[in-house]
Amino acid sequence: MKVVVDLNRCQAYAQCLYAAPGHFALHGKEALVYDPSPDEAARGEIERAVHACPVRAITAFSDAAPKDGETR
Amino acid sequence: MTAAPARIVVVGASLAGLTAAQRLRERGYAGALTLVGDEPHLPYDRPPLSKQVLRGPYSADTTLPRPPDLAVEFRLGQPATRLDLSERVVELGNSSRLPYDRLLIATGTRARPWPNPEEAALAGVFTLRGRDDAQRLGACLQAKPQRVVLVGGGFIGFEVASTCRDLDIPVTVLVRDAVPLAAALGPRLGGLIGEVARERGVDLRLESEIERMEAENGRLSAVTLKDGARIETDCLVAAIGTLRNVEWLEGSGLEADAKGLRCDAFCRVLRADGRVAEGVFCAGDIARWPNPHDDDALVAVEHWGNARAQAETAAANMLAGDTSAMRRHDHLPDFWSQQFGLTIKLVGLADGADAFAVMHGSLEARRLVAAFGRDGRTIAAASIDSARWLPAYKAAIRERAPFPPITDAVDQPGIRVQEP
Repeated sequence: MKVVVDLNRCQAYAQCLYAAPGHFALHGKEALVYDPSPDEAARGEIERAVHACPVRAITAFSDAAPKDGETR
Repeated sequence: MTAAPARIVVVGASLAGLTAAQRLRERGYAGALTLVGDEPHLPYDRPPLSKQVLRGPYSADTTLPRPPDLAVEFRLGQPATRLDLSERVVELGNSSRLPYDRLLIATGTRARPWPNPEEAALAGVFTLRGRDDAQRLGACLQAKPQRVVLVGGGFIGFEVASTCRDLDIPVTVLVRDAVPLAAALGPRLGGLIGEVARERGVDLRLESEIERMEAENGRLSAVTLKDGARIETDCLVAAIGTLRNVEWLEGSGLEADAKGLRCDAFCRVLRADGRVAEGVFCAGDIARWPNPHDDDALVAVEHWGNARAQAETAAANMLAGDTSAMRRHDHLPDFWSQQFGLTIKLVGLADGADAFAVMHGSLEARRLVAAFGRDGRTIAAASIDSARWLPAYKAAIRERAPFPPITDAVDQPGIRVQEP
């Protein structure tokens, strides 16, 4: 999966830490660090974190690739 | 500009480019959509690079999430080299030509290289902007360098310094100014961060510059400062600002220079003669636009939040039939940084402030919201570990409320206006 957090929005309510403890953590009182590339097996937890965030700061999608034409 | 576009090309496959692509699809655009990127990577997020990626617990893959049905053709590892406005064609490095009906320019910035090319080429000398940079620097940090020297008193330098201290690596930060981070946060808050850095063991040297570097077998071994001090080091990060990626626009007739690519309030790119370049829009770090929160002064805002917001506005306007259906980009600049376990946030532009007041908390507690004023009006607010208070100040800044704003909260015993 791929995860991004809008840290302008994040107000350190820490709900994501409870929903997906291995993938979100606080460094200090309010500095959120997160796993930008969690394993697909964590999908349920990550989706719970997305929904648990009171300020809707977390975006996550399964690894997209198939439908994009990725020419180089 | 009345017919719906059939081909949209986005040059720049980073946050602004990807955000624009997503918004175009969400708004029902079903035509061809091509994203051009000079790096081989799919669009990725940069803020984690200077923090968690260097620290090491999580993967260095910060590819941005995108919906599975985006239907974008990526042209990666391929810089755009030329723009022909009259033919409406973008040329790539491999000589392929991409015709467009609408074009979004989001080529952003790159790290400013160390000015002496011989020193810049030494092993152990880094800049930090892209994912490859982060991977190289991360490998250097994992190998436990003797000492890391950071050049530059900005946020990237302090974020990397913070990460080095987390990894128990000795760090020296060289700042040319008398106070770090002063341009963004003012001397009081910048000074506070400098104090925190010193407490965490950073060897912070103010008004300090490198005279020359020493090397052994092509590898950095020491730096000599202008004051004569010599520091042994095998890892140096030059965090000395950015350069805008405008070179490929040379000869296009657009108004683009080191200050950015000039656009109007609707994100429409302007020609050198001031006219709108039909069908061409821009967003993100490269865009220089009249900011309504700074008396319509032309500014480029190199922040994550602006890249997203401007891309959203540009995407909407690219699909608008005519100017009357377009919306203005009136985003209030906002910004965050994380270092030494503190979260620093800023809304508005504090540069040029003549007044400062702590509104909640205190400098001593290192937990506070401060407001900045200019000519009696509120122009910015900053928080340290107090993110939840900050949004209340956005409205005051938007309205340019009298300074100090919001003085009747129960947790404000006495507000003292001072110099920033």
